[in-house]
Amino acid sequence: MDRSQFLLWVSLALFSIGLLGLIVRRNLLVMLMCMELMLNGVNLSLVTFAQRGGSVEGAVLVFLIFIVAASEIAIAIPIVLLLVRDRLTLDAGAYTDLKG
Amino acid sequence: MSTHLLGLIVALPLAGFLFNGILSTRLGGERLNETAVNLVACALPGVSFVLTLVCFMQLETSGKPLIEATYTWATIGGQGFEVGFWFDRLAAVMTLVVTGVGTLIHVYSTGYMHGDKSHARYFAYLNLFLFFMLLLVLGRSLLVMFVGWEGVGLASYLLIGFWFDDPAKAAAGKKAFITNRIGDAGFLIGMFLLWGAFGTLDMDAINAGFLGPKAPAVSASLVGLMLFIGACGKSAQIPLHVWLPDAMAGPTPVSALIHAATMVTAGIYLVARMSGIYSHAPEASMVVAAIGGATAFFAATIAVAQTDIKKVLAYSTVSQLGLMFVALGVGAYAVAIFHVVTHAFFKACLFLGSGSVIHALGGEQDIRKMGGLARRIPVTFVTFAVATTAIAGIPPLAGFFSKDEILWFAFASSQGGAAWLWALASAASLLTSFYMFRLLWLTFFGASRMTPEVEHHVHESPLSMTGVLVVLALLSAFGGFIPVVHYLEPMLPLPAVPESLHHLEGTLVIVAVVLAFGGLFAAAWFFAGTAQRAARVRETFAGVYRWLANKYYIDELYEAALGRPFTWLSDRVFLQLGDRTLIDGALHAMAASARRGAAAFGALQAGSLHRYALYAVVGVLAAVLWSLRHG
Repeated sequence: MDRSQFLLWVSLALFSIGLLGLIVRRNLLVMLMCMELMLNGVNLSLVTFAQRGGSVEGAVLVFLIFIVAASEIAIAIPIVLLLVRDRLTLDAGAYTDLKG
Repeated sequence: MSTHLLGLIVALPLAGFLFNGILSTRLGGERLNETAVNLVACALPGVSFVLTLVCFMQLETSGKPLIEATYTWATIGGQGFEVGFWFDRLAAVMTLVVTGVGTLIHVYSTGYMHGDKSHARYFAYLNLFLFFMLLLVLGRSLLVMFVGWEGVGLASYLLIGFWFDDPAKAAAGKKAFITNRIGDAGFLIGMFLLWGAFGTLDMDAINAGFLGPKAPAVSASLVGLMLFIGACGKSAQIPLHVWLPDAMAGPTPVSALIHAATMVTAGIYLVARMSGIYSHAPEASMVVAAIGGATAFFAATIAVAQTDIKKVLAYSTVSQLGLMFVALGVGAYAVAIFHVVTHAFFKACLFLGSGSVIHALGGEQDIRKMGGLARRIPVTFVTFAVATTAIAGIPPLAGFFSKDEILWFAFASSQGGAAWLWALASAASLLTSFYMFRLLWLTFFGASRMTPEVEHHVHESPLSMTGVLVVLALLSAFGGFIPVVHYLEPMLPLPAVPESLHHLEGTLVIVAVVLAFGGLFAAAWFFAGTAQRAARVRETFAGVYRWLANKYYIDELYEAALGRPFTWLSDRVFLQLGDRTLIDGALHAMAASARRGAAAFGALQAGSLHRYALYAVVGVLAAVLWSLRHG
């Protein structure tokens, strides 16, 4: 098993763990972390493919995605904190106000 | 000969309708006071009458019909429908009656309707009626006549239901309108047939076509029967007579103008106008005479047992119209028109007289609660008595001349005259005399049966009403000397009379006079004093009396045979099955399926973030699978 194949397996594992966590866990912060995990799994596969193709665009793109992900989480965490202050719980099932 | 006066005659009442209808009703803000409304409403028909006289003079000097083409209504293919007017001797007689009697009744109405809260609306409708009636009488084409025909039906509906607060009166208006629709369907079919055969609806052209050497491409009898169905509706003949007695719900001058003197004679006018068809249609003429005779007799028997003063007169009108149709059926068209004229005089006088009685008694119409009024309202009494004598056919008043000629031609005409027809018409005449004098006796003679309160308020009507009554009574007395038949003879020749019957004419006149006096004496004998003899007869023949008083249960029969099945059909089939089940049901089913679909999709969006994530994964997996398959 060569290195790039290994890395792709790792990225698949990261993504799957994140997805599974997102679906089964109800804690909002954990769900956010799982989403980050998924994003990084995808990022890993992106650099792996870029390296295999011999181009640097993939690496550049990953750095851009890191920045976007960092700003996204910087907004998401304060929103979660505000929600928690309101309801004093991190359970995602408590926030169903938009349900029709 | 061309002229512009005819259009003006027709348009003036329309102007009155628009003026009063727009400015003086509640709709337009009641800008005019009662006097101004009266002035406008009476002056315009009066001017129409004067203009008619001018046209009449022109007709006499030139000897040719006046023709006026106003404008082309529509052009279909190469054929144009023209709104044109045609003024010949027949139209002249009818127009003079319509505008003359019409104006008198307008004047009378100013007194009768004084103080009514909707009196401007009343005069607007009355003018509207006159407009449509003149359109009917003066139209050259059957189509223009039909517009007038429908229009007078509308005006009649509006005026019967004039006091629409009372549901019974509103229902009477609807009954008149709907019954007339049945007749109108026949009229329309007749017009279609004529249009198909001739390509024109001008009545002079159609008559010429039937009288010409070449046989027209349509059966005269068929067309004649169809047009007669229309005439039956408008002129209240069996089996469509049921609306006219109910039409008495309207104000009494309306009963006089529309439901006695003018509108109901439209059917007579139609048949006389189309005499070219009927003179070539012995079968149709036979039907006309038979229906007319039957109506004359049966309506007269009903009138004997009625107790409402206006209902008696209404059935009398139906009966007299039947006599006119007898004359039409035996080819004596001019005689029928003669009776139209004299009938307009005495029946208008009778109705207006009954209006005066009702006015005097503060709205009481039941003759069982009258009596002894002769001294109290002398002018009404004298005029009413003159008109009664006229309708009974006692010489030398108007009714005698016209009725006698009808009876003679019913017996002797070579175009369908028969002894049985004469017998039927004579029986109707005898009954006419009887029920009219019964009415006179119960109303004006004998002991008073009024309540003291009503009796205290009895008063003679104002001059606007009594003056009109006097004029109409004079016309009823001397109208028989107007040579209508002679005047119309060049246009509507009298039917030939077989030589062998000539010697009977004198005998028949004597029989007719004897019958008229017989009715008078019978009524006087039965209803003298407290009418004890009549009461005894009524008890002896209680069954017969019940049948007559209930008008042979014809309304009930129609209700059971037509009304209820139609109600059932409309309710069960059209309303419950068609409207509620099919149309509403389909809509409700569509709405319900949309709602169920929405509920199903709504369950997906349960508000659980985890489930959304799962859907997203499933969607992505599905997309990947699909792209692998089809990629």
